[in-house]
Amino acid sequence: MIGRLWAIAFNTFREAVRDRVLYNLILFALLIVGASVLFGQISLDINRIVLINLGLTAISLFGIIIAIFIGIGLVSKEIEKKTLYTVLAARPVRRWEFIAGKFLGLVMTLMVNAGLMSVGFFAAVLYVSHGLGRADWPLVTAIYFILLQFVLITALALLFSTFSTPIFSSIFAFAIFALGTFAEDLRGFAQMAHGVTRWAMTFASYLVPNFAALNVISQVAHDTPVEPRLVLLNTAYVVVYATAVLTAAVWIFGRRNLK
Amino acid sequence: MMKRDLIVHTAFAVVVSLLLGASALLLRQVDRVRADEPLQEVLYIPSPKVVERLSLGYKGLLADIYWTRLVQYFGSKHRAKSRQYLILEPLLEMTTTLDPKLLPAYDFGSVFLAQKPPEGAGNPAAAARIVEKGIRENPGAWRLYFQLGFIYWLELKDPAKAADAFERGSHVAGAHPWMRVMAAALAAHAGETETATYMWTNILNSTEDKDLRANAIKRLLCLRVDREVTILQERVDMYAQHHGRAPAGWQDLVADGLLRRVPLDPDARPYQLQDGRVHVQDMEPFPFITRGLPPGKELGDLPGEKGFKVVPQATLTP
Amino acid sequence: MAAIEILGLEKSYTTGFFRNKLKTGLKPLTLTVEEGEVFGCLGPNGAGKTTTLKLLLGLVFPTAGTARILGRPIDDIEMKRWIGFLPEQPYFYDHLTPLELLDYYARLSGVDARERKAKVARALARVGMGEHGRTQLRKFSKGMLQRVGIAQAIVHDPRLVLLDEPMSGLDPVGRREVRDLVQELHDEGKTIFFSTHILGDAETLCDRVAVLNKGELRGVGIVDDLVREVKGDVEVVWTGAQAVGPIEALGARTKITGDVLRVVLPEAKLDQALDALRQNGARLTSVTPVRATLEDYFLSKIDDAKDGASADGAHATEVRA
Ligand SMILES: Nc1ncnc2c1ncn2[C@@H]1O[C@H](COP(=O)(O)OP(=O)(O)OP(=O)(O)O)[C@@H](O)[C@H]1O
Ligand SMILES: [Mg+2]
Repeated sequence: MIGRLWAIAFNTFREAVRDRVLYNLILFALLIVGASVLFGQISLDINRIVLINLGLTAISLFGIIIAIFIGIGLVSKEIEKKTLYTVLAARPVRRWEFIAGKFLGLVMTLMVNAGLMSVGFFAAVLYVSHGLGRADWPLVTAIYFILLQFVLITALALLFSTFSTPIFSSIFAFAIFALGTFAEDLRGFAQMAHGVTRWAMTFASYLVPNFAALNVISQVAHDTPVEPRLVLLNTAYVVVYATAVLTAAVWIFGRRNLK
Repeated sequence: MMKRDLIVHTAFAVVVSLLLGASALLLRQVDRVRADEPLQEVLYIPSPKVVERLSLGYKGLLADIYWTRLVQYFGSKHRAKSRQYLILEPLLEMTTTLDPKLLPAYDFGSVFLAQKPPEGAGNPAAAARIVEKGIRENPGAWRLYFQLGFIYWLELKDPAKAADAFERGSHVAGAHPWMRVMAAALAAHAGETETATYMWTNILNSTEDKDLRANAIKRLLCLRVDREVTILQERVDMYAQHHGRAPAGWQDLVADGLLRRVPLDPDARPYQLQDGRVHVQDMEPFPFITRGLPPGKELGDLPGEKGFKVVPQATLTP
Repeated sequence: MAAIEILGLEKSYTTGFFRNKLKTGLKPLTLTVEEGEVFGCLGPNGAGKTTTLKLLLGLVFPTAGTARILGRPIDDIEMKRWIGFLPEQPYFYDHLTPLELLDYYARLSGVDARERKAKVARALARVGMGEHGRTQLRKFSKGMLQRVGIAQAIVHDPRLVLLDEPMSGLDPVGRREVRDLVQELHDEGKTIFFSTHILGDAETLCDRVAVLNKGELRGVGIVDDLVREVKGDVEVVWTGAQAVGPIEALGARTKITGDVLRVVLPEAKLDQALDALRQNGARLTSVTPVRATLEDYFLSKIDDAKDGASADGAHATEVRA
């Protein structure tokens, strides 16, 4: 089982790489170098802050865009191109294994991508602040949270991919990402409503994935450390939520006729 | 077949609901940890809050962009010797709302706002408000109290409030030791030249920063001019009282024994005496003088003082 | 033990925007394929051949009925190690090379790491793609893909191979090779279940065939038995031109070569024809039964269904709907 999961994951990774997904790294490198040079000159005293904000935002956004655009095709493209037939029909591969393998493959792709970006990012930080020290640990936390974001968005995109066309899936995925960044506001709004509305809104606001708490970029740009408790809670939250989403994906996909 | 389907569906539904329920519980914990950041009700346009929401959480970057815009805006206006900085305040408001922890924005932004045109927007009250906001957001940043003190002292001419700002700041961990001294001095001799001299001497002695030192020296020279002009004016007035007419020149005072020789300003140029009024020959080297301004010049009519770095703070380490 | 045992398997597809229309894919089908058999599944377009395969492989779920493969229920995962499948118009991960693709599939099928390389190479060689192992699949022609498709169906040495139209897209040489390959697999003792339109192939390869039409099983059996069922035609040859008119009145077309005349008639009309010849004083040369082919059987089964559209082009090898 592990062998099959790994084989599917690796094939997903290899497909992404051969489809030249990692080209975004060039863009990222240009952005980071350009920003270090440019902002350092025109913004007073904040080149390190700008670098951190820009670098981490880019790592996050690039990854999320890749996650959505690959994620929404993970299953639907295989159904459409019928490549799935040769995997599921006559191989000892369970449908949930396929889902899990695809998920792991994309998360792996995103991690490698983000990992390479992070190397460049830390090199730039090193260049700007002439050294890395204990004070830079919050940056690692921020990157870890970004990886957690990837896990969430990949699971969601994969879920949409099991029942919807790529176009709709991408709209859903972007919408839910936007909603998720407002998650805390939604809960705030829900508090202000009354009656059934309040009940429904509270329910909905706890259902959307919470991306807000996973974005600590501007916080760490000011060297403010992230509470260890938050790291723990966010990790637990992402694991539980992603598992729920993937379970739903398996549920839907398991019943689907692959015609 | 149908029955088995039902069992499978029920099992999935239960598992997914349980997991989502657990995630909601975790979310409550997350919210509790992050409770320090109060939820804002404001979501109207055009407000910094809207921009903050539209930034999808990437507000740090947006703040940096606004800050860069602000610096560029100020720079271009400044070069054009403009006397109007219409959107400086809103831009600063936007920047600091998007990133309330962006200290440079408070530091430099308030200076841009406070100084008199064409050096800045000439709106020290707004500057003080921004810095107060910065202090609310970053109570641990002693430089902001320092900044606020200077704005009250130099721009708003409110030594009492300045003293209060220095006093509050002096309690912050890591604050510059003589902030307490400044507070005391300001409280004791509100607005007097001696106080100012004392402070600028302190600054001069406690910093390595080139710009700041040059500025302190300039301030001290101006204060000396102020003092000398005051004394010279007294002598001229004495002469006028005695003789019933204004002296024609310094020679008259020397002849009377009121002066030993023709007085020179710190730049080694003779002070000018015209119709019984003492003034400096050239205001260029003494941009901050309050007395003895050349005829036609007004207080605050400063010839281009180099840059806006009145109070660089990063270098002011204890 | 039966290789495939189908018990009342049935599928209706839901279609339409609201999924409220039902379309028959397969009417209840009961069929058994013995181990070691080469079994052909024949039928015109839309007959339900692909649907049957998809049902067997768990790609679509049956509306009713069950089936067993190699003695195991169709949703048994372990059983899948022992089967291979070639989909119709196979599509593959075109970012891979055949070597990588087959390695991936072999891995999924649980082929031991040590044997994998050899098995992959052997499967590719068997379909004549040995030299193209390192070219990306997106650069392949249709027929080459079809060969890779067959290779992936046999790479893990399955006991049962299901092929959906294995000959489509192949040139005559390719067809020949695939025929030989099926024969080889048969000789190795594997069971082969394939669907096809090409009756000639079915006739030469299959031990038994089933004919489907409109989702319904029209007949199943050993090819020779089935063909014998068809009432054949007879060829009548005679001399003496006067009889042409009355003979053609029976609905046959006469061919004339010099003074020899020839006509092919359904057996049922032979008596009438002989009477007509006698009455017109023609000299009978010979009466020979024309051996029925699978095609005749096939067409007769489709005609039974009163499906005029499927019966046209009666003498083309491939039947168009
Ligand atoms: N996904 C689907 N949705 C609705 N109807 C379908 C679907 N797939 C097949 N059908 C219908 O089921 C019937 C059988 O189709 P099937 O694909 O099994 O035919 P086939 O025998 O394989 O034909 P061909 O020789 O053209 O491949 C057809 O009438 C077809 O329209
Ligand atoms: Mg078909």
